[in-house]
Amino acid sequence: MPNSKSAYSFSNKKEKFDTHIIVVWVDNEAGVLARVVGLFSGRGYNIESLAVAQVDEKLNISRITIVTTGTPQVVNQIKLQLRKLVPVHKVADFKREDKAVIFKEMALFKIVGPNNKLEGALKACKKYNPVILDKTKKSNVIQITALRREIDKMSKDLKKFGLVSVSRTGAVAMTRGADIFK
Amino acid sequence: MSKLYSGAEIVFKCMEDQNVDHIFGYPGGAVLPIYDELQNFKSIKHVLVRHEQGAGHAAEGYARSSGKPGVILVTSGPGATNVVTALTDAYMDSIPLVCISGQVPTHLIGTDAFQECDTTGITRPCTKHNWLVKDINDLADTIHKAFEVATTGRPGPVLVDIPKDIQFQKTKYNRPKKEKKLNGKSHNHFKQNNIDELIELMSKSSKPIFYTGGGVINSGPKASELLRELVYATGFPITSTLQGLGSFPGDDNQFLGMLGMHGTYEANNAMHDCDLMINIGARFDDRITGKIDEFSPKSKKVHIDIDPSSINKNVKVDLAIVGDVKTVLSSTLKSLKQKKSKFLNSNKQKTSKWWEKIQKWRSVRSLDYIGSEETIKPQYAIERLYELTKDKDSYITTEVGQHQMWAAQHYKFNKPNRWMTSGGLGTMGYGLPAAVGVQVAHPKKLVIDIAGEASVLMTIQEMSTAVQYNLPIKIFILNNQYMGMVRQWQELLHDKNYSESYTAALPDFVKLAEAYNCVGIRAKTPEELDDKIIEMLNTDRPVIFDCMVDKVENCFPMIPSGKPHNQMILGPKDQESKKITGKGKSLV
Repeated sequence: MPNSKSAYSFSNKKEKFDTHIIVVWVDNEAGVLARVVGLFSGRGYNIESLAVAQVDEKLNISRITIVTTGTPQVVNQIKLQLRKLVPVHKVADFKREDKAVIFKEMALFKIVGPNNKLEGALKACKKYNPVILDKTKKSNVIQITALRREIDKMSKDLKKFGLVSVSRTGAVAMTRGADIFK
Repeated sequence: MSKLYSGAEIVFKCMEDQNVDHIFGYPGGAVLPIYDELQNFKSIKHVLVRHEQGAGHAAEGYARSSGKPGVILVTSGPGATNVVTALTDAYMDSIPLVCISGQVPTHLIGTDAFQECDTTGITRPCTKHNWLVKDINDLADTIHKAFEVATTGRPGPVLVDIPKDIQFQKTKYNRPKKEKKLNGKSHNHFKQNNIDELIELMSKSSKPIFYTGGGVINSGPKASELLRELVYATGFPITSTLQGLGSFPGDDNQFLGMLGMHGTYEANNAMHDCDLMINIGARFDDRITGKIDEFSPKSKKVHIDIDPSSINKNVKVDLAIVGDVKTVLSSTLKSLKQKKSKFLNSNKQKTSKWWEKIQKWRSVRSLDYIGSEETIKPQYAIERLYELTKDKDSYITTEVGQHQMWAAQHYKFNKPNRWMTSGGLGTMGYGLPAAVGVQVAHPKKLVIDIAGEASVLMTIQEMSTAVQYNLPIKIFILNNQYMGMVRQWQELLHDKNYSESYTAALPDFVKLAEAYNCVGIRAKTPEELDDKIIEMLNTDRPVIFDCMVDKVENCFPMIPSGKPHNQMILGPKDQESKKITGKGKSLV
């Protein structure tokens, strides 16, 4: 360790990081996203992706979905700290491996090239419900919904078919079956 | 149709309904409409400070000593940014503050207007919550909500930012709504079986210790009473954090003194060797735990705290009881009486060996120091101050540094709310304005700021406030001409490289006192100290007491860098044998 002369002790333990999806229901008011995101940055937590939008106009509720990584202790702190924020109503926490929860991200791919390349791109996306949103002689805009790592892979694979631009969302999550998170 | 009030009037209507009697503030362009209304609300007195940071710390002193929220009124821009230190301080130490700040008119927000800043953005991480009021119809509800958030659960600071045009607009006034549960966030989440489990652990333990903190004070005087009852009923030893001092009598035999970096030998060793640690309203702060991997390795740990996020944050515990200290203690006592009415007797034998061990640690007398007849030892000064004021129900504030630790070690507190110090943030310059706030809340009481000469210069301008309002605060400066704690660390950890820790041009504090139109007293020798202190106590005006102390005295005992509780440095002699070397140096 460098001789930093810090005022604090350092932990030498390397703990395992897990990926968690944290869902936060908040009052849709000015600054609420800054409060949530600021809590993450201020306390040194990670944000891998973020999705946020109003989900209930009448009750004025927004739903924030955050993909984060951390040790079990850190993830626990994230939940408890979020629950302390005044505009936060409830906080759900899912592990990425959780089979009872659906996670999806959406991506838009712009492919530019001759027809055979456009078709090749579309074919490569077949597994992920591709939708052609825009089509010209030279280009396609393809929308897919998939898991993060699948979109990562497609972003690489489509390069050879003339991929010029990628736009993607953060993950959103929902439990399977009839139950909802309370 | 009911009467219409301006936003400025509503601010005061709200304060009236919240039983505010004093506010600490400083006027400026963006709050002038509010200052206009001040004269129309006679029950609310304004204390004009000399710097907004002073307003914040004064409000903190007021809040800590009275149990009521402290209220601050500042203008936009620099007014708001100057108060940020005090808000952060209050956030760290869980002090309820309500800060009202002016803002530029709504149509100018975002244009980089004169004295504009993003106040809610800047204060978001140092408040429990804050609001920018953009609609006059939201103003009253927002202010009432602000008081509620500041004072419920784990207390803390809040801020309401009010643009100038909102202060002029008119609307109806809504009285505060009846107490509602705060978004499901309040506050007792424990069940009877948690209490049963605690009592089970207590009855099994042969080496127990209570470790209590500021949460006991924040829970109100009743919590301190219940704590005493519980400690006497169990016969267990008790130690306290810096912030918890006063919740249990400092001169009681069951009290082991403060724990932590500069805590007593007996308290820290008992924490290390115990088999049951009952944390009541403390938060396993790093100044308390020392090296976390070796913190109290053999104990079962119980944590009673109102804030769920404090549980398992730094130290994993075996039993968490989330709730208000007062409620938890009262349930515990009730169950204890029902189930184990003879607890004390049955327990005495079990813990007798433990007490013997504690007595052995005690006999080390870790707070002892080498006295002197020529120079005033700082510890001696605090001891004499304590002896000469202990019958007066005095209120003590401090700045931050060696003097603060010496005060915590040598001044014994018997009641809660008598000790105001900046613990979490460690804000130099806290004590003088805090003393102003304490004296405002308790005009007849003796209020002393135990200070260092470096700290006190950071907010010395508030002497002017004390003089203006006839607040006879006593500023007791342990003057060693160094930033003592910095000097101590440089001596112990940085090869005696005293880089910038000596103040080469200090003011003459006696003349400074005279310039502020208060009283200056200087003590240079141990012989004259008592007389000078008595002179200070007999002066019914603000006093700056310049106590010239040993320049190079260090604060012991000390848990050195990266060491656990059971490896303390006891004093100058011990220091040689436990020299901090190698890796430890980087850890502190």
